[in-house]
Amino acid sequence: MIRFIDVHKSYRVDGRDVPALQPFSLEIADGDVFGIIGHSGAGKSTLLRMINLLERPSGGRVEIDGTDMTALDESALRAQRRRIGMIFQHFNLLATQTVAENVAFPMRLAGVRDASAIRTRVDQLLARVGLSEHAGKYPSQLSGGQKQRVGIARALANQPSILLCDEATSALDPQTTASVLELLAEINRELKLTVVLITHEMDVVRRICDRVAVLDAGRIVEQGAVADVFLHPQHPTTRRFVGEALPEETVSAPLPGVRLGGRILRLSFRGESTWTPVLSRVMRETGVDFNLLAGRIDRIKDLPYGQLTLAMEGAGVDTALAALRAGGIEIEEITPGRSASIEDRA
Amino acid sequence: MIAASPLHSLFPNIDDWGELGQACIDTLLMLAGSLSLTVLIGLPLGVLLYLTGKGQLRAMPALYGLTALLVNILRSIPFIILMIVLMPLTYVLVGTKLGIRGAIPPLVIGAAPFFARLVETALREVQAGVIEASQSMGASTWQIVWHVLLPEARAGIVAGITVTAIALVGYTAMGGAIGAGGLGDLAYRYGYLSYKSDYMVVTVVLLVLLVQALQMIGDRLVVRLARR
Repeated sequence: MIRFIDVHKSYRVDGRDVPALQPFSLEIADGDVFGIIGHSGAGKSTLLRMINLLERPSGGRVEIDGTDMTALDESALRAQRRRIGMIFQHFNLLATQTVAENVAFPMRLAGVRDASAIRTRVDQLLARVGLSEHAGKYPSQLSGGQKQRVGIARALANQPSILLCDEATSALDPQTTASVLELLAEINRELKLTVVLITHEMDVVRRICDRVAVLDAGRIVEQGAVADVFLHPQHPTTRRFVGEALPEETVSAPLPGVRLGGRILRLSFRGESTWTPVLSRVMRETGVDFNLLAGRIDRIKDLPYGQLTLAMEGAGVDTALAALRAGGIEIEEITPGRSASIEDRA
Repeated sequence: MIAASPLHSLFPNIDDWGELGQACIDTLLMLAGSLSLTVLIGLPLGVLLYLTGKGQLRAMPALYGLTALLVNILRSIPFIILMIVLMPLTYVLVGTKLGIRGAIPPLVIGAAPFFARLVETALREVQAGVIEASQSMGASTWQIVWHVLLPEARAGIVAGITVTAIALVGYTAMGGAIGAGGLGDLAYRYGYLSYKSDYMVVTVVLLVLLVQALQMIGDRLVVRLARR
């Protein structure tokens, strides 16, 4: 368990304290994939680095499994850091060392002297990230995705219980991003380690995170389970991020001048209800007509979900909504012209 | 001595080629001795300058300021003057002010600060991210210096050694004028004071060859070590 307790951070610039993170408390449970999303400058990089104390909080405590990281002396802190792996946007591999030497590096730093033990572990790690045949190459001979895989293997070398990911996929193309995220999810599942990642892409959060915190100008403005935040974003910043991940909704928003009849409603299906024909049954039974304005069916990590924006007309709308709610569907009413995406575009 | 040799007809004033050969050896010995000591002293000094610099791993403004001042003072004194000023110290250190041994202390004291600055610059070229990554793995400052900074900067450091070696060739020649021996001594005594210009030509050619050789070896090493 990672706990931030009343933590804040400010930097001294030209003799003035410039706040980077407003006081906040946050808990990250063991085994979770926890996403921190925010625009550049929102403070997410600072927040991530306070976990392994690459950045020291200006106040408050950071606890990992009950140990107050801020109270450790230098050598105790180094020992704790060995239990926390970290990967970086620009990989940060040693250019003069081979892939195998890069992966062995944390073990050498930790004082492992047994060369054959190191070799066995390196082989194992390279096999896990799919780079066995590249062991003797230098980083400059690898693609971006391969470099990040070396970074991941290196981060896992000392069997950490936490993996910190600093914009790990931001320098990669979409396909490579997908495969690196898959690898991270697999590692989280199989090694049961806690993953904390920062990103500015909601899609990264949607694909692999269990929980998410949204950072805006040094403040955590929203946090919760990814499905909740994703399907019911509250804060404008969150809505913008979700809007980025759901472009269809913005695209099919009604054009100016088009008058929509009836009531506009957003229906969210999650899990089982995504696959049952609740909507068509209720509409048939209540005689309500609907017009489909926007829709999407996808997955949030392993959870299937659907989100439909409908305009409903007819006398039985209220009865229909009650029946839909009973069928496990979440409903939000959006009056015309006040749809989140339209509002945000204005 | 072979009077009819082609060398003799080309360089009529050079009647003792053995002396010239000895001068070559002296120059090379001075170079080897001073270069190894310069690296031995300048490398840690460069690491110190780097580490204590502003915003670095062990930023210590006072220590950095003091070291930088000392380095700058030594670098601003022309070598020939430094050599004269250091004579009493040289005598204390090696028991003589003359010859190869007498030349080495001022050569090292003149070149080490210069090399230290080159090392500092080479270390600054190492990506901050790589250092941060090592810190995140629990590396100590010493481990970062030994396992990250020096290996990652090795190409730049070797380039610095090459530049320093070539500067030292120049210093040894200057040192020749005030009793250090070597090629500079011959060029000065015979070539300049005795108007035997053939001495001058031969020593200059030999010095050019030496510098060329050093540069070539240095460049090849840098290419091999760069790995980028």
